Amino acid sequence: MNLNEIYTEIIAEHSTSSRNRHPLEEASIKLEGKNPSCGDEIVLELLIKEERIEDAAFTGSGCAISQASTSMMIDLIKGKTVMEARQLAELFSAMIHKRVSDESQLAPLEEAAALQNISNLPARVKCAVMPWRTLEAATEKQPLE
Amino acid sequence: MQRNYAEDFPILKNSTSNGKRLVYLDNAATTQKPASVINAIRDYYESSNANPHRGAYPLSERATELYEGARQRVADFLNAAGPDEILFTKGTTEALNFVASSFAMDIVNEGDEILISIAEHHSNLIPWQMVAKAKGASLKYLYTDAKGELTEEELDAKISPRTKIIAVAHVSNVLGIVNPIEKIVGRARQVGAAVVLDIAQSLPHMKVDLQALDVDFAAFSGHKLYAPMGIGVLYGKRQHLSKMRPMLYGGGMVEDVSQQEAVFLEAPYTFEGGTQNVEGAVGLHAAIDYLMGIGYDEIKGIEDELSLYVVEGLLNNPHVILYGNSHPHNRTGILSFNIEGVHPHDVSTILAADGVAIRSGHHCAHPLMRHLGVNATCRASLSFYNTKEDIDIFIESISKVRRWLRLESK
Ligand SMILES: Cc1ncc(COP(=O)(O)O)c(C=O)c1O
Ligand SMILES: [Zn+2]
Repeated sequence: MNLNEIYTEIIAEHSTSSRNRHPLEEASIKLEGKNPSCGDEIVLELLIKEERIEDAAFTGSGCAISQASTSMMIDLIKGKTVMEARQLAELFSAMIHKRVSDESQLAPLEEAAALQNISNLPARVKCAVMPWRTLEAATEKQPLE
Repeated sequence: MQRNYAEDFPILKNSTSNGKRLVYLDNAATTQKPASVINAIRDYYESSNANPHRGAYPLSERATELYEGARQRVADFLNAAGPDEILFTKGTTEALNFVASSFAMDIVNEGDEILISIAEHHSNLIPWQMVAKAKGASLKYLYTDAKGELTEEELDAKISPRTKIIAVAHVSNVLGIVNPIEKIVGRARQVGAAVVLDIAQSLPHMKVDLQALDVDFAAFSGHKLYAPMGIGVLYGKRQHLSKMRPMLYGGGMVEDVSQQEAVFLEAPYTFEGGTQNVEGAVGLHAAIDYLMGIGYDEIKGIEDELSLYVVEGLLNNPHVILYGNSHPHNRTGILSFNIEGVHPHDVSTILAADGVAIRSGHHCAHPLMRHLGVNATCRASLSFYNTKEDIDIFIESISKVRRWLRLESK
């Protein structure tokens, strides 16, 4: 394990960045995600209009990996359709579970591909995946009134 | 010159972690095993393996002797009144669950109180929630003070004539604090409550004399005491064991069985249904012999010195927040801490890259984490086989954590 491949600039930057970390007043969907085993907790808020994610944000706390992964995910899914976002979540999960490792195939993940090396840290895989699972669950839910 | 006990532990001599020497500081989770324990298990399989208490041939007699010899050794070690007060279990969890289901369920009634501390491991907490719910009793908590200790005022406030059971850890697995068991037992006797003592984290570090403590039950796990996983002990006073129901029915625990009835053996055999973990008992016997060869004075001497040294190193770092008592007085070598701005999981991942193994998380003690107002902590826990060099590597690694997360410049 080489920490240079895990705690990279970009992960450190996203883990502390406040850009996506705030409540979203007009959110149409709000869902909590948790890793009970290590105490990572987020609340993911999405504004979905006509099947498109117009805006997204989160609040919460947890390890650098879970927080960075959430922030990167939000950057990526803003403006995408719900279907596209779900496909990205699937691709992310395939990357973390080492089912897809080819760089060109991972290109759609953009910055989130920086989390690929977490796949070598079994104890931290769930930290990276948690926000994406939350996204999948949130987009299955019926929107709020 | 002090002896380096790491020499006795093959894994500490041979293992590397991430290409570095292993610095094992997760002893409260499980300890490594000395060569004498590993050899005792191998010898058992090479020369004495058979089903104990069953065959009338020499090998089975030998296995029986070893198994019962281990029970006697444990009884002497804990100063029980006799080997019949020692039941082998899988570990602390199974032992505590057994007390809850086969003892507490019969003596706790509606309106009664079960008292535990807020610092209990989930294995000494959830079984009591279950009993309280099933019986309409209430589960009450002793709260620790800012140092992690249970004060006399707190004991006086919570122990009442309604208290039927007081279940506490001798030593907390998160804060390492030694609880005032004599005071708890004294008050329990006044109100007629039974005391269940979890000695999983005390026995590896201090002499435990069960007759002197006068507790009703006590439980520990072999694997935290340099013995194998899968073996543990429940101590119970004869007067209680003689009235308790078995948990497992089957072979090995009966005197006679007819088509509709069975006559059970007496304690401890009635509580050990099925073929038992002889290998584990043999390993536990060897572990106790090994520890007593060193002696608790020596163990405590080394661990207290290391503990002071770790605390000094941690407190030298302005970003470290240490929980509980910082002085080894009344505490074993368990240190819970956090690093400002960093989640414990990141701390343990970063330390792992330097070969350092510590634990991070909630340590199976959610209620205590909430009481401390934290989500999780890092925990370093010492053994006499650790060295100052281990601690130097650990402290050096800790000092790099915030830099990795770009909270400080390189
Ligand atoms: C104080 C305490 N009690 C009980 C347990 C449970 O032990 P085991 O998992 O071996 O049953 C532990 C171990 O984590 C502990 O530290
Ligand atoms: Zn995490």
